Amino acid sequence: MAIATAPVVSPTRRAIDRTRGVFTSPKYGPVLVTLLLLVAIYAIGGARYRGFLSGPVILNLFVDNAYLIVLAVGMTFVILTGGIDLSVGAVVALSTMIAASLLQSGTSPGVVIPVILALTSVLGLLVGLMIHVFAIQPFIATLAAMFLARGLCYVISSNSISITDPFFVAFAQTRIPLGGGMSITPSVIIALLVVIVGLVVLQFTRFGRTVYAIGGSEQSGMLMGLPVARTKVLVYVISGFCSGLAGVLFTFYTLSGYSLTAIGTELDAIAAVVIGGTLLTGGYGFVIGSVLGVLVLGTIQTIITFEGTLSSWWTRIFIGVLLLVFIVLQKVLTARRR
Amino acid sequence: MSSILTHRLFWPVVMLLVLFAINLVAFPGFFVIEVKDGHLFGSLVDIVRNGAPTLIIAVGMTLVIATRGIDLSVGAICAISGAVACSILLGSPNPGSVGTVVTAVVVAVVISLVLGVWNGFLVAVFGVQPIIATLILMTAGRGVAMLITEGQILTVNSPPFKVIGSGFLFGIPVAVLIAALIFTAAAVLTRRTALGMLIESVGINPEASRQAGVRSRGLLFTVYTFSALCAAIAGLVLTSNQTAADANNTGLFIELDAILAVVIGGTSLAGGRYSLAGTLVGALVIQTLVTTVYTVGIPPIATMVFKAAVVTAVCLLQSPTTNAVIASWRKPIAARFRKATV
Repeated sequence: MAIATAPVVSPTRRAIDRTRGVFTSPKYGPVLVTLLLLVAIYAIGGARYRGFLSGPVILNLFVDNAYLIVLAVGMTFVILTGGIDLSVGAVVALSTMIAASLLQSGTSPGVVIPVILALTSVLGLLVGLMIHVFAIQPFIATLAAMFLARGLCYVISSNSISITDPFFVAFAQTRIPLGGGMSITPSVIIALLVVIVGLVVLQFTRFGRTVYAIGGSEQSGMLMGLPVARTKVLVYVISGFCSGLAGVLFTFYTLSGYSLTAIGTELDAIAAVVIGGTLLTGGYGFVIGSVLGVLVLGTIQTIITFEGTLSSWWTRIFIGVLLLVFIVLQKVLTARRR
Repeated sequence: MSSILTHRLFWPVVMLLVLFAINLVAFPGFFVIEVKDGHLFGSLVDIVRNGAPTLIIAVGMTLVIATRGIDLSVGAICAISGAVACSILLGSPNPGSVGTVVTAVVVAVVISLVLGVWNGFLVAVFGVQPIIATLILMTAGRGVAMLITEGQILTVNSPPFKVIGSGFLFGIPVAVLIAALIFTAAAVLTRRTALGMLIESVGINPEASRQAGVRSRGLLFTVYTFSALCAAIAGLVLTSNQTAADANNTGLFIELDAILAVVIGGTSLAGGRYSLAGTLVGALVIQTLVTTVYTVGIPPIATMVFKAAVVTAVCLLQSPTTNAVIASWRKPIAARFRKATV
């Protein structure tokens, strides 16, 4: 169609076509729409509430959601291969519990944090092996991991344990000034580092390309001689590691460990990744999209706080509606390509 | 012998028997069923009664999974149906009358059917992946239930309503009778007619079955609506048992238990083949596991760890890799046997 009319189109027409091509491509379209949506929500918020567009409000979005950003990055890897990880919320809770109980018994933070990251990575490794070696669906394998992690939380303690360790308290209270009375927490910097590493690994390494290839077609990847087995297991290790790190950041944020914490966080992470334009069937999506997805969720929460009269359960309904809009959008975009 | 070993219900049934054995050791009166005041009492009756909501949902889930789908929204639908029924009962001047209870139940079921049609619409018409289509309602549904209850826990005092969850009929718990009715209806409707085969064909290859003249779209609508119906009934049983609608906690994680029951029962999440008998065994395994944790004296808070262990064990035993290993052990024996007969 485009070829037939190519000789007569004007340069402006071609530019419009190219722009439309970018917007309707399943690769860039959803991410751009998410970006536009984020800007639109900000504009609405800014128009409705005084002080909404201020720097601290925007920075707080990062401060409050640093752990969710880390989770979403790990989840992006998994979903890009066409898998899913339901265990992340429970692993966050488990990390807070391990941190709180170890610190309570006097272990130094320099030991606690590496131990958490190692344990959660090993859990991810086990899940990955279950999925790859035993051909168990990711849904079921990560569900088992979710039960295990949540159960272990209760085994450690069913009560909330508060953290008084000087390092953790200092880390939680440190604010890095950005000038103009604005500041961020070190957690935000860690989260942004994770985003950058995730971005580089996915876009510029052989491993990253293999992740996309598996999502496109596992069989083709195998026939091309790509290390499918190793990559498939590794994405769950990455997700486990990210969940552990998110758990540590969450501990800095709340300064306590609690078994019932972060219930339903896996849904938030999945929602953020989907809203960020990653296809659940795998193969398409960007880490940046997932970050935008987290910011969209965070902004909605902020708006509901600013509104004051809206009850908290409206958040869930809004997230559901947004998911619906994005899924229909992705459907329309990918359908047009075929 | 080998046909028993490779039967898909072999490992789940073994798991159930092991759990029964553990219970019997810890509590010798485990299998005793007594009749008190004309009602059946005993550990087994408790297991079946407490497992009824999970089983009801798992029956609907089995058919959905058979079409290569999944329904994550059942827990939220449970909460919505309970919330609707309780708010109607509370809003009426006479919550104790049978008429009001019937109205409440019918309205709750009808609303859930609409939600099921919505799921079916997203999956069948829009072609959205089932896991994500139902994720929408899973996320938004609890919010809607909170909206209905206005964030409160609605406690109702209505004897006829209480019968659904904790009443007895002919000495048998009503919840068990409801579960049995739904299970039998699903089994007869799908296995005594071609419906089950058509559902399986959609699960194996939707496009091929459509071209072969199977109306896959209608079938998808049917299974998601049926799943929502099951969820609504389970929600009513749960709410009636607690005599309260709690939008946050009614049916929390029940979708996961139901999916586990289906998977333990040997129905593959890849669709195309299902076993309602397996689902029954799976639901019993899960509920017996919970009871075992109580009878053996393990702190109930550790239940989830055991659930994880059982799920992992059953899945690993049923996995194709394990089957291949077992087959490779058996091969030399079979070969020897063949040589001997020649």
